[in-house]
Amino acid sequence: MLNIKNIHAQVGENKILKGLNLNIKPGEVHAIMGPNGSGKSTLGNVLAGMEKVEVTDGSVDFLGKNLLDLEIEERAAEGVFMAFQYPVEIPGVNNMYFLRAALNAQLKYRGEPEINSSVFLKLVREKIKMMNMRDDLLRRPVNEGFSGGEKKRNEIFQMSILEPKLAILDETDSGLDIDALKIVSDGVNQLRNEDRSFIVITHYQRLLDYIVPDYVHVLSDGKIVRTGDKSLALELEETGYGWLEK
Amino acid sequence: MSEQVIETKQAQVQQENAEVHKRVAQTYKDGFVTDIESDTFPPGLNEDVIRAISAKKNEPQWMLDWRLKAYEKWLTMEQPNWAKLKIPEIDFNAISYFSSPKSDENAPETLADVDPKLLETYAKLGVPLHEQEILAGVKKTKVAVDVVFDSVSVTTTFKKELKAAGVIFCSFSEAVQDHPELVKQYLGQVVPIGDNYFSALNAAVFSDGSFVYIPKNTRCPMELSTYFRINEMNTGQFERTLIIADDGAEVSYLEGCTAPMRDENQLHAAVVELFILDNAKIKYSTVQNWYPGDEEGKGGIYNFVTKRAACNGVNAKVSWTQVETGSAITWKYPSCVLRGDNSRGEFYSVALTNNYQQADTGTKMIHLGKNTKSTIISKGISAGKSHNTYRGLVRISKKAEGARNHTQCDSLLIGKNCGAHTFPYIECSNNSAQLEHEATTSKISEDQLFYCKQRGITEEDATSMIVDGFCKEVFKELPMEFAVEAKALLDISLEGAVG
Repeated sequence: MLNIKNIHAQVGENKILKGLNLNIKPGEVHAIMGPNGSGKSTLGNVLAGMEKVEVTDGSVDFLGKNLLDLEIEERAAEGVFMAFQYPVEIPGVNNMYFLRAALNAQLKYRGEPEINSSVFLKLVREKIKMMNMRDDLLRRPVNEGFSGGEKKRNEIFQMSILEPKLAILDETDSGLDIDALKIVSDGVNQLRNEDRSFIVITHYQRLLDYIVPDYVHVLSDGKIVRTGDKSLALELEETGYGWLEK
Repeated sequence: MSEQVIETKQAQVQQENAEVHKRVAQTYKDGFVTDIESDTFPPGLNEDVIRAISAKKNEPQWMLDWRLKAYEKWLTMEQPNWAKLKIPEIDFNAISYFSSPKSDENAPETLADVDPKLLETYAKLGVPLHEQEILAGVKKTKVAVDVVFDSVSVTTTFKKELKAAGVIFCSFSEAVQDHPELVKQYLGQVVPIGDNYFSALNAAVFSDGSFVYIPKNTRCPMELSTYFRINEMNTGQFERTLIIADDGAEVSYLEGCTAPMRDENQLHAAVVELFILDNAKIKYSTVQNWYPGDEEGKGGIYNFVTKRAACNGVNAKVSWTQVETGSAITWKYPSCVLRGDNSRGEFYSVALTNNYQQADTGTKMIHLGKNTKSTIISKGISAGKSHNTYRGLVRISKKAEGARNHTQCDSLLIGKNCGAHTFPYIECSNNSAQLEHEATTSKISEDQLFYCKQRGITEEDATSMIVDGFCKEVFKELPMEFAVEAKALLDISLEGAVG
């Protein structure tokens, strides 16, 4: 479903991705690991379409479409979702209102009828339960005054409503205590199915105890240097990334 | 959250959205001209013009004398230049000071007598004049409307029903004829003739406006509103509004304004006086959408307005809420004089400027009585090449024991070429006062836009959502229908500001 070929990308003059290849099939979970500055988050930003990341070479095919040709919001509507490492606050904008606007914008793009409020409400109630989220978060402005854990949980909750085909989790485990990590991971696991694929960007093996990946890739200096199964993550936990420099 | 709460909220949000989208379709949608025969004075200002205006209205001698006194005073005054505004020189002799639709000469008794072209104008503007329609539920809320077209009041709706409640709601001209004792008692009492250059000019040449009196212990049975429309070329609009809430009375008053799109600048210099007696309340809401000029800054209305409320009674309360999106230049400081003990003044403002618009707006809270309280929440949004200034004064006098003020002043910048300025003045002569001031300036961040777009929302919708969120504290003070209109106006006014 996702075929990344020879991607080169830079931010300003700083070349970050230097010929990255990655192929993901429906339903697969790929973990991306690697030291700081290896390009993990940039990979996510290339897929989501962040403007300040310039793609200088390569291609990304997503379900038969050239992803790099699409606007950010078009990619979202095509099914690309990013759970942000640092979700932004939007003061004064009600979380529910925001989410419904997002869902309807995506439905509209896909030529599907917009969802009415009662159906939306039912959907929200169902997913709240599933996500084990406190429903007062819905009434509050988007991420405003949320704790770190609440923000991350809100990201996963949004994912559950928008039902993307490809979800990118950008260091979703950072800043989470063990209980929050479990709740967030449970949420993600419930969303796993044979059509939905995940890219899980993380520093730590810990997260992969809960979200078990099909593949683990090690990113270094803008390229994937090693690929393995979940045992690779355990190995990295032991050895660190020092071996990369040799 | 209970299910019902969610459901109600959802329904409301959905309804608001539908409304907003319906209204957002065009840019300045109210910029048309009504082709109607008018009786318009030739341009120029002198004593004879003032006498002629007064004669047109069959005014009693005291009213004419008052005008002439104001004119004399005005001649000795100079246009203020302390605001952060660049105001091109105004030729006061190039303005016509009176214009009325000809068909209005024999004042219409009922709506059936009003010129159909005028009715059409207001239908286009979405102002409900047909009581039947309102009663039949076409419009959800019942609102009585006074309609001012150029210099005259065209019609006032729901007069009978209001009369039954003892409420007087009529044009200023009618009030001078029918309730001279009330007009004499209050006119000029909180905005004196010589208060400032534009209020003096207004006192000399004002042509019409609305008059409201709410008797003791009466809660006005519906919202009252005045809709101001400038149509004729080269005319100025100088209206005067006087609202009196007697002991224990309550009223919510709405004001809306529009004008055709023209290359010339037009002057609008209004005066609003509010009087709030013991335990009375006035809520005054404005959605100002005068023509702002085009993208190059050509044309537009100069909106130089003096609004002041006198909380003369104990426990009196006044609340000004304004949404200012229009006008080429806005110079406006709705103020509260808190004379009665325990009286309260509130000011909630959203001022948006785009392209070459300039706004210098804010409030004055004058604390005279004991335990008086005031709240100021100001939200300034600047886009394009515009400049947006908040200017506010909080004055605590010696005798104002236990006075409190809370001021919050936020600016939001969109783009790189606009400016936001804040000038808070605090004068405190009583040590028991508690004053708080908070101010922030922010930009719509790339990160916020990226986040919204990543969820599927377009940049334009994201901007409008972020701006709505920024203004929320003020919007929630507006009556529901006005809040919808205000949101739609912000969206329209921001068009082209993004990207």
